[in-house]
This record gives sequence, structure tokens and C-alpha cells, in this order.
Amino acid sequence: MANTAPAHSMHGDGADGDTRRDFLLHMTIATGVVGTAMMVWPLVDSMNPAADTLSLSTIEFSIAGLKEGQDITVVWRGKPVFVRYRTPEELKSAQDVDVKDLRDPQTDASRVKKGHDAILIVVGVCTHLGCIPLGQKATDPRGEFGGWFCPCHGSQYDASGRIRKGPAPANLEVPPYTFVNDTTVRIG
Amino acid sequence: MATASTAQKSTWRKIYEWHESRLPIVTYLDHVVGTKYPAPRNLNYFWNFGFIAGFMLLVMILTGVFLAMNYTPHVTLAFDSVERIMRDVNYGWLMRYLHMNGASFFFIAVYIHIFRGLYYGSYKAPREVLWWIGVLLLLAMMATAFMGYVLPWGQMSFWGATVITNLFSALPVVGKSIVTLLWGGFSVDNPTLNRFFALHFLLPFVIVGLIVLHIWALHLPGSNNPLGIEATPADKVPFHPYYTIKDTFGVGAFLLVYFAVVFWAPNMLGDADNYIPANPLVTPAHIVPEWYFLPFYAILRAIPNKLIGVLAMFGSILVLFVLPWLDTSRIRSATFRPVYRVLFWVFVADCALLTWCGAQLPEGLPLVLGRVGAAWYFFHMLILMPVVGWLETPKPLPASISQSVTGG
Repeated sequence: MANTAPAHSMHGDGADGDTRRDFLLHMTIATGVVGTAMMVWPLVDSMNPAADTLSLSTIEFSIAGLKEGQDITVVWRGKPVFVRYRTPEELKSAQDVDVKDLRDPQTDASRVKKGHDAILIVVGVCTHLGCIPLGQKATDPRGEFGGWFCPCHGSQYDASGRIRKGPAPANLEVPPYTFVNDTTVRIG
Repeated sequence: MATASTAQKSTWRKIYEWHESRLPIVTYLDHVVGTKYPAPRNLNYFWNFGFIAGFMLLVMILTGVFLAMNYTPHVTLAFDSVERIMRDVNYGWLMRYLHMNGASFFFIAVYIHIFRGLYYGSYKAPREVLWWIGVLLLLAMMATAFMGYVLPWGQMSFWGATVITNLFSALPVVGKSIVTLLWGGFSVDNPTLNRFFALHFLLPFVIVGLIVLHIWALHLPGSNNPLGIEATPADKVPFHPYYTIKDTFGVGAFLLVYFAVVFWAPNMLGDADNYIPANPLVTPAHIVPEWYFLPFYAILRAIPNKLIGVLAMFGSILVLFVLPWLDTSRIRSATFRPVYRVLFWVFVADCALLTWCGAQLPEGLPLVLGRVGAAWYFFHMLILMPVVGWLETPKPLPASISQSVTGG
């Protein structure tokens, strides 16, 4: 024991009692913590969408064959996208709603592209827990508001894809899209 | 003594002692589940279910490893590879039916184990950390079971995964990013299936590690017992052979029921929709989770607000972490708590009611009963547990385990 170094070494005792050894210890711990954090992030981020998954996030499709009152479903990012060419009655019912009464207030005009008012494009995934609402086929139930009806927990959407009844908290999402020309749409 | 017996030692005994003096693994196990672990002499058959649950974990790991040798975690191949296991792989049907029903029977054993703990107050001091690890084990089991159910890539796999991962989207601000991180894409897809397979393989070994901690935490205070009083050394018997033989008998009885289901009704607890390959564009008319998740699913659906529903569902399990402090009674066993004893069985009935509600469409009577059941669940945990502990007059406790029998 006589040869053991004293607990308080004489190497640079600071005014507050910190020694050079304490300093080295703290620096080592700090480096270890930062290094671990730098290694954890690549592991976590590797679980985020990969480059090839992201590259599939833009699609183009034609609406040339779509007639008034018809729906088509296209697949974007593995999810269905509902495209509806709305009839004048549907359009009117969507535009005449008092926005203040809505759970997720949005005007119909803010959910379509100017000049293409009759074409509604929404992601066909219920904002509650991700089921696919019914209403794309003429024989499907469309709920009380003439839009879509989710069979899982009974959410009902209107002809603008806005939530009107049931547990869903938000309107059907409008994906980012542009009209490349009058009959071609690019989503993503 | 050592010198006298050395000459008579067999060669095997010498090899054993040579090895034991370098790695005392037999001595260690003898302390964990052998002659050196004293257990109360009055444990009843409800104390079998911890051992049975551990046995079921081994069944799951063993069958799971062999299933993994024939399973392909890819969206275009997963469903067909499971069908190939069922039809072409030698005894593949047995392996898969043992595994899918094994999950159910693992949960049966664990739920009985948990209710036994609730009845006999096994969560109370000094066993709080033991109880915490048990709750962690339950959570790890649920995550493992959920991800395993996704692997066959049937309709219920896909839509179950979609609904459950979407639960996290209810969280404010970070919800959507968390869901994208879980999916590795913009919907449940191939990256999701791949990572679920990897995690489904990993988590059982995490469960093994947690069980080591669970048993470690058990060995400091020792096992609780049906009377809930401290067992004196005179009231204890060695775990081996007394409880090894009793647990083996219990496992045998349990396996009779398990194999009856595996061989005669292997799809009884499953959902027919899961034999339809996953279709991301069509949601089944009625999505139901496996039976062991139904009470929690009922709580989720009882609340019309998405975020509060999700919080209530997770809260129904997380509340168990603070149960040792919510229960203000210092008497462990419900045998001596006349009021709590009744409330315990009401709580069991409430869990059964929620299980039934979770399997029904959320409308009309099942929705109303689900709301009543969910409200009672939290009323029991948060209000009745502390209040009954304060107000109840317990029956007199026996001085010792032997006194409760002999009266002397």
C-alpha cells in the first residue's frame, strides 16, 4: 500500500479540487458519449426510407379516358390514390359547405388545382388508422356525404374528401401533384 | 472426509469436479432452480404458470428457428413460403401449428401468471422490481407476437400491421416521422416485412435475458405464497425435487390442452382472412387482432378521440408499473382481503368482457359495453386500488404457514 499513488495526486490540482486525471476522465466519457451517439444515428436512419424507395415516390398517369362521374385508383408510394372526376352536383355540394362547420376546415378550392376544379385527387387512406375507404366503385357505399365511407371504424368523407363523421381526425390527404398538361398528372 | 472419499470417486465424478472447479455451472443452476433454492411449502398450482411460460418460450424459439430456415421475408414470396412450409416441408405443418398456437398458449400461461400475481399481491414490497421486469416481459412478448403475426403476409397480417403502426401517428408533431421510420417507406411494404422478421428473431432472446433478471429479482426475497406472509426457513422446501416435479406435472397437463388444439383445432384461434394473400388496396371488412390483444383493442376503440384512445390503450399496460404504489394495502394475499377479493373477480370479468367487445364491430351494444369495460378498468386501477386499501378491514393473518394448517 505504501507504493500506491495518493488519492489526490499532485498533478495540477485546480482551485476546485479537480485534478488532471479527473479532466482526462471527463473528456474520455464525453468522447465516448458523443461517439456512441454518432454511431446510433446511422443505425436509426438506416430504418428510414432508402434511396430506391424514395425514387418510387413520383408517378405520372393520364386522365384522358376519365369521364364525368368516374373514379380511378392509382398506386403511389404503395398507397391507393383516389382520382374522381366530379359531377356538377358533387362539385356544388362540396363547394357549398360552410367551412366553419368542419372538423378539419378546408375549402374545396384549396384541395384542387385552379382550372381543374372537377378533378379531385386524394390519398385513399383513412386518416384514422390507415384503412382504405370504400366509394371508388359505383356500387360501393359512399356514406351520408356522397364521398367515401371507411368500413373499419365508420369514418365518412364528403365529395371533397373532407372528414364529416366518425373517428378520423383529418381530411383525406391531398398529395403534392401538378398537371403536366391537361390530361397528364404527376404525383410526388 | 475429502481424503477418505477421494479413493472411491469414480472417473466421471473426478471429471465433473475438475470441470466444476473451473466453471461451477451445475452449482449455479442448483442455486437457481435446484436444491439450494428454498421455496414456500404451500405454493398452489397457480405457481406452475411461470415455469410453464418459460417452457413455452423454449418451444417458440425451437420451432421458430426451424421455421426461419424455410421462410422468405419478401412481400412477393412470404405468403407462398409459409404455404410451402405447410404443404411441402417435412413436418412443416407441425412446426407452424406448434408455433402459431404456441403464441396463444404462451399468452394463456402468462396471463394466468399475471392474474395470480394480482390475486396474491406478488407485486408488493419487496417484489416491485421483479414485477416491473414482468411488465417489461409482457411488452416484449406483445411486440414479438405482433411482428410474428405480420410475417405470413396475409390480409390480416398486412392490415393489422397498418392499423397498429398507424397508432403512433396519433402522437403530436413526431407521429408521422415515427410511422415512416417504422415502415421504412410510405406504407407497410417490403422494408417493413424485412425489419419485422429481423426483430421477431431478435426479441425472444431479449425476453430470455429479461427472464434471467426476473429470476434474479425473484431470488432475493424468494417466492411469494398463497398466504402472502413471509415464509420462515422452517416453512420452506428445496425447489428441487419438490417444485421441479410439481412444475413438470403442470407442464404435462398444460401440454395436453396445447397439443389437443395443435392437432385437432389448429386454426381455432386464427382468422380465416389471413389465408388470403396481403392486398394493399383492399381492406378486409372487419379487422380483428389476435385474441390476446382484444382487451387492449377494445379500450382503443372505446374512445372516440384518436390520440386519447391510443394513450388509454398503452396506459392500460403502463399503469401496471405503478400498481405497487396504487395498491395501498399492506396485506398481500386476497385471501385476507374480503373486499379486494370480490373486486379482483369483477376485474377478471371486466377483462373477459373487453376481450369479447374487442372482437365485435364497434357499434351498438358492444361499443357501449366496451366503454363501460374500459372505464371500469381504469376505475379499478386508479381509484379502487388505493381507496379499498385504505378503507378495508383485513382478516387476521396467521403467524406462519404451518400455523395456518395446524392451528398451533
